[in-house]
Amino acid sequence: MIAAFVVPLVGQVSARLARGVTVVTPAVALVCAVGALRVALDSGPWHYHLGGWAPPWGIEYVVDPLGGGMAVLVALLATLVAIYAGPYLRAVSPRRAAVFNSLFLLLTSGLLGITLTGDLFNLYVFLEISSLAAYGLLASGGGRAVVATFRYLLIGTIAATFYLLGIGYLYALTGTVNMADLAMRLPAAGSGSAMTVGVVLIVVGLAIKMAVFPLHGWMPDAYTYAPPPVIMFIAAVMSKVSAYALLRVLFFVLPPTGAVETALSVLSWVAAGGVLAGSVLALAQTDVRRMLAYSSVGQMGYVVLGLSLGNAAALTGALLHITGHAVAKACLFGAVGSLPRETAQADVAGFAGASRRAPLTMAAFTLAALSLVGIPPTAGFFSKWYLLQGALEADAWPFAAVLLVSSLLSAVYFFRIIERIYFAAGPAPAESDRSRRRPEVSLRLLGPVLTLGAVVLLIGLFNGRLVTAVIRHALPEL
Amino acid sequence: MSLIAWGQLQYVLAATLLLVGLYGMLVRANFVRKLMAMNVMQVGVIVFFVSLAMRAGGTPPIEIEHQAAGTDVAYANPLPHALMLTAIVVSVSTTGVALALLIRIHRRFDTLDEAELLDRLAE
Repeated sequence: MIAAFVVPLVGQVSARLARGVTVVTPAVALVCAVGALRVALDSGPWHYHLGGWAPPWGIEYVVDPLGGGMAVLVALLATLVAIYAGPYLRAVSPRRAAVFNSLFLLLTSGLLGITLTGDLFNLYVFLEISSLAAYGLLASGGGRAVVATFRYLLIGTIAATFYLLGIGYLYALTGTVNMADLAMRLPAAGSGSAMTVGVVLIVVGLAIKMAVFPLHGWMPDAYTYAPPPVIMFIAAVMSKVSAYALLRVLFFVLPPTGAVETALSVLSWVAAGGVLAGSVLALAQTDVRRMLAYSSVGQMGYVVLGLSLGNAAALTGALLHITGHAVAKACLFGAVGSLPRETAQADVAGFAGASRRAPLTMAAFTLAALSLVGIPPTAGFFSKWYLLQGALEADAWPFAAVLLVSSLLSAVYFFRIIERIYFAAGPAPAESDRSRRRPEVSLRLLGPVLTLGAVVLLIGLFNGRLVTAVIRHALPEL
Repeated sequence: MSLIAWGQLQYVLAATLLLVGLYGMLVRANFVRKLMAMNVMQVGVIVFFVSLAMRAGGTPPIEIEHQAAGTDVAYANPLPHALMLTAIVVSVSTTGVALALLIRIHRRFDTLDEAELLDRLAE
């Protein structure tokens, strides 16, 4: 049973050419992840020792509600994106399609690895695996994308190096890199300067990977020029998985005193700044993809804010926001990515009257946008509600104000587009389109986008069950 | 007493390499130089980890030799070495990907200078 879960991880890497494999493997991983999550919820964390070496020497994989939940999220998005990528891949040469497939699976397995590993150094290796695959995928946009990717590579490597150095300090203090072992030994190791340096390095490293303001400089360029399926996946999942890693390290590994407390209070102000800066910058963009990228900076601010407030409500909000935002962002980028074939541009003006040309895609886009703004029946409302509750519980009034103001800002920049979509007069559909009555976009593009839109709504409607069934179990003991 | 003991000199070396690398990545205009600086920085971390494994009078952690010499022999900690072997692999592959990207940039834009590149992109 345990093997059934690890096999897809390994199998994905060797999966190469077949297009079918690319779709099936994440789907299998999804089923396995759901199964593993159920086991973890029913009977506690599930440990697997790679190569039969017991920790702390061997590498350990742990499925607990938190990691398992993230794995389900990653696998779900990977499956949908794999389907979505179909039409895009048919347009490029078979060789490049093969490269895409293998890189995509490598990225997915790297991300799944991050969510499941119980070892800090192993996490570093998976972080680099997924990053390397992401560099390759992003660069396939050609021209500008390659330059943006190279700069991302430099910054990403600095981040990873910081993180690795941080592990070095913790290792020097305790002599172990296993998470559970570290959590046991670190309180005894005290909170000297080595501990502080280690914590700071790890937090900064992961914050760069998450693109938290002000360390987000690499992101908008990298996101704007990449091919649509790539960006749909990377924008949705990569920063979330880094956020998961940060949560894991801060709340499950390090003792909640001294350096960590300081790190959290610094992070909370940084996050509040990020929420505002991201929203304002998003407002200033004319290219929709760039706008979405900056809105990600703001939304990651929410997640970090939730982490740094650190009480149960805020953490619930952060986790719910990770889920909701990942799904909504994938939906938004997917919708934008399926359009430009016809509108040929992705600036705000190009969306004029798009609802008449692609009503369903635009409906999904609107739904996801509403979720990010935080309109009641969608996922975003409830995660923001929990975050707000957490901020009030912590008596952090400024942060509560920040949450409200930035919701207004995001309402402004999203409604700007939604207004264009539905009310502005756009170019009339061509005669040939009307006479043939073919579907607005290829079904393979439409399907995943609509599914994601529906999931946004479902997470919103059933958020209570999601919180009690999974997220509550995933919270650290406070 | 001097500021740092002689035995800690390798940590100073590690820190120096790190800072030199970071400085190079920030300041150099040429992408190849940035990449080289990145490698220097990674070597800094590797030196740091390997220094952690050191013990005064330690021998290489090879079991056969220890069996010959008796049981309580001080030996260097092998775990950081194993970790760094992995880190070196990661660093090599990162460099490989980066060089591939550079080749593509050079083919397309005929330059690897950051300022020039930004000019061309702005056109």
